[in-house]
Amino acid sequence: MDKTVGKVVSIVSNLVQVRIEGPVFQNEICYIFLDEEKLMAEVIKIIGDIAYVQVFENTRGLRPGSKVEFEGHMLEVELGPGLLSKNFDGLQNDLDKMEGVFLKRGCYTPALEDDKKWSFTPLAKTGDKVRAGDWLGNVKENWLDHKIMVPFKFEGDYIVEKVADAGEYTILDTIAVLKDNKGNSHNVTMRQHWPVKVAIRAYKDKPRPFTLMETGVRVIDTMNPILEGGTGFIPGPFGTGKTVLQHALAKNANADIIIMAACGERANEVVEIFSEFPYLEDPRTGRTLYERTTIIANTSNMPVAAREASVYTAMTIAEYYRSMGMKVFLLADSTSRWAQALREMSNRLEELPGQDAFPMDLSAIISGFYARAGIVYLNNGMTGSVTFIGTVSPAGGNLKEPVTESTKKAARCFYALSQNRADSKRYPAIDTLESYSKYLEYPEFVEFSKEKIDDNWVELVNEARDILVRGKETQEQINILGDDSVPVDYHITLWKSELVDFIILQQDAFDKVDAATPMDRQRYMLRKIIGVTRAEFNFENFEEVSPYFKRLINAFKQMNYSVYNSEDYKKYEKEADEILGERVVNA
Amino acid sequence: MSAFQKVYTKISQVTKATCSLKATGVGFDELALIQGRLAQVVKIWGDEITLQVFSGTEGIPTNAEVVFLGKAPTLKVSDELCGRFFNAFGQPIDGGPEVDGEEREIGGPSVNPVQRKQPSELIATGIAGIDLNNTLVSGQKIPFFADPDQPYNQVMANVALKAQTDRIILGGMGLTNDDYLYFKHLFENAGILDHIVSFVNTTEAPPVERLLVPDMALTAAEYFAVDKNEKVLVLLTDMTLYADALSIVSNRMDQIPSKDSMPGSLYSDLAKIYEKAVQFPSGGSITIIAVTTLSGGDITHAIPDNTGYITEGQLFLRKDTEIGKVIVDPFRSLSRLKQLVIGKKTREDHPQVMNACIRLYSDASNARTKLENGFDLTDYDRRVLSFAKDYSNELLAIDVDLKIEQMLDTAWTLFAKYFDKTEVAIKQEIMDKYWKNND
Repeated sequence: MDKTVGKVVSIVSNLVQVRIEGPVFQNEICYIFLDEEKLMAEVIKIIGDIAYVQVFENTRGLRPGSKVEFEGHMLEVELGPGLLSKNFDGLQNDLDKMEGVFLKRGCYTPALEDDKKWSFTPLAKTGDKVRAGDWLGNVKENWLDHKIMVPFKFEGDYIVEKVADAGEYTILDTIAVLKDNKGNSHNVTMRQHWPVKVAIRAYKDKPRPFTLMETGVRVIDTMNPILEGGTGFIPGPFGTGKTVLQHALAKNANADIIIMAACGERANEVVEIFSEFPYLEDPRTGRTLYERTTIIANTSNMPVAAREASVYTAMTIAEYYRSMGMKVFLLADSTSRWAQALREMSNRLEELPGQDAFPMDLSAIISGFYARAGIVYLNNGMTGSVTFIGTVSPAGGNLKEPVTESTKKAARCFYALSQNRADSKRYPAIDTLESYSKYLEYPEFVEFSKEKIDDNWVELVNEARDILVRGKETQEQINILGDDSVPVDYHITLWKSELVDFIILQQDAFDKVDAATPMDRQRYMLRKIIGVTRAEFNFENFEEVSPYFKRLINAFKQMNYSVYNSEDYKKYEKEADEILGERVVNA
Repeated sequence: MSAFQKVYTKISQVTKATCSLKATGVGFDELALIQGRLAQVVKIWGDEITLQVFSGTEGIPTNAEVVFLGKAPTLKVSDELCGRFFNAFGQPIDGGPEVDGEEREIGGPSVNPVQRKQPSELIATGIAGIDLNNTLVSGQKIPFFADPDQPYNQVMANVALKAQTDRIILGGMGLTNDDYLYFKHLFENAGILDHIVSFVNTTEAPPVERLLVPDMALTAAEYFAVDKNEKVLVLLTDMTLYADALSIVSNRMDQIPSKDSMPGSLYSDLAKIYEKAVQFPSGGSITIIAVTTLSGGDITHAIPDNTGYITEGQLFLRKDTEIGKVIVDPFRSLSRLKQLVIGKKTREDHPQVMNACIRLYSDASNARTKLENGFDLTDYDRRVLSFAKDYSNELLAIDVDLKIEQMLDTAWTLFAKYFDKTEVAIKQEIMDKYWKNND
């Protein structure tokens, strides 16, 4: 089939109008020819014979009359073994394959290696009935079992005619032949393509999330848990530790695959991942974190239109690994930059603006994206999941702005970073009382927690929350009335809440032990602390309260810094118990 | 100019900042001359071209002569740039000759992130509010947030003079003529003029011209950092005036404004500039120190807000009324890259001393609140208040000029003067090594 061609008519920054000489479709990819360079662009609006395209590159020097060729497909990613340990840009160009210090316009590099051999083991056999997403074979990608699947674009049922024998193959070699119901044979390789804006639906069922996604961060796992296949977001003004928190999650989360989309953020932060992850040990496998990580870097100075593509590229790669039955954790920093990219384009299209000049359908776009996360039952009954946490950078730190509001409707967990907590160095600066996890109310999770964590887990968590609420109220009253004008009990209530804050909520992301707390340990500590807060204390006057609790907090804090159940750990626990013995009534 | 260059003489539309005319074969972003005034193509709509006229459209007739130059704005780069002053177009304003060199388009492509190196070299300035609490690192981008009445240009100039760098590039936007002359004399008197290249748009020049200044300065910076492997420090003042010029242009192009009447692309526009800060593996680097003036200390305004999300921290200037000096506010200032150098490239006690000082300073501010609300002060409250005053005077004030070790020693002296060891609460082994026994 011949490609539709066209000619450039108008140019306003990266919005270009093309007069078309044939059929095109919405979101079709095209290339604009400018001297020796080819600029990639995407159709975003069509009126009569004029197609509006957004160019993924700088349009400097572009002239009307330039030739345009339409490719007949949407923006697609290449899927196959070799995606891990890669640094891609938003359009899935391999950044390490690019020449020169500067990014060259119109330079596109392949995501996968055509000539690399992979050791293939067949999983399907001749005569098997298969459909899109079913596993045909397995290759080792780093240490992970990378499943070779029936391409997602295959519709309906197929019969396996032939599967390659175990051996070394490249991604271009045929590893299976499948016959459709009309009797036509199709060759399958280890590589396939998929349009990024379309969700991969090669699964049987998508239940509500029900198992905990351990992140090792107490204020998340204990207080506001995110579930496998769940969604959450982290809004916070600059300087409150969004990025440090995301990096901590990436390092410690109990996931098979980590995909990080640096969307319109600082280049040096991406460099930090590039330079640290290859050396950081994955605590559960002993391998390096890099082996299970893919980075999509579309930093703030890279072309704006590709910023939007970057989050979709990341999501599609995540869905691809989910189809292999893996637990994928997707992090995007920050979705606000993506929304701003939408705004810039909507503005150039002269669409009627919504609030703060964002496009009217912002909310729908964000919901649609978050909806792609989730846990799924694959056709073979196995589960796979994409858990998604995005950061939001609210303008002026105001959580009432459109991106935060829209995301709040879509995400099930809300992790509010607070400037006050950041200023007083209470990290992670998540304000527990402002934050929530809807999953705490899910009967599926209550059931799970009873079985896997603790009989009364959710009650305990809610009790801890109540203590924090009471502590906050008491603090306000003390501030108004003064230390000595309130009963001693007020001080005790306040300090019980401080105890929960210091020992459960606060965590040192830079300490080797404290950086990640396993669930079992979290359970032990929460029980312990709740036990303390239920006790009655005996104080003569308010001046005794704060020094006493500071000592107690210090002992518990040392526990947090010690290896679980080590001698030090027990020593500090004993110390804490002794301190408790001094003041607890009827202990 | 080529002899075949077509001259257009029929302008169809004139606004305060733009002219439109029918023309063909014109490229986007290309430069043109309208009656000798420089203009740039900002929109091509079929055969109608819209030009942004940098110096304004006053007096432009509908039959003005327009020629297109077939290129985007460029700068000729070579070592001849050193010691010279240029306007926003890269033309000399110091009476010297034109610069010869390789002609490069300004606003060039971004560095491939995988070709960057993680910044790790400390830039010492002698100002303790910076070196001790918010240490600068080469390849960093950081602005001063300051109210217009604060001496931000003086502080920045001081930082530039003390910093150990190979090259300084000044990008002045909307500088008053007085400030321009201040910088000029300062650099001349310091005898370092040949290390410095300046691009200056004064308030006497049209505001839209400013839009070229950062790109001019950074194109020169990339020449020295990439071609010459030099450590380059770029000073941009004042980025708020740059952003104001962006809003003027977007307004005249009928774009829908977003927050605080700024264009919706403000974040990307600023990021394109600040992200030019880079550490190259070859040793060359570009460090950007900018100024963002605030109105009434409001950092939620779109300009400082977007800047904060882009830059690696901010340095907050504030007048400390108690000592009557301008200080670098330890609470609101932040250098995101300091972790890469403190305690590693500086003395081991640096991180702990820094944190202890700030914690005690914060206790002082609580004590002050108590005092103001009429509550009684404890002995500790009174001691932290005295400490805070000394700390402010001897370390935070911007007129301090010390080596980092001296700053640390000063802090230890203050600790011993007002507190006992448990109150300072620093790791025992460091305490044992550095605690000053006064008497």
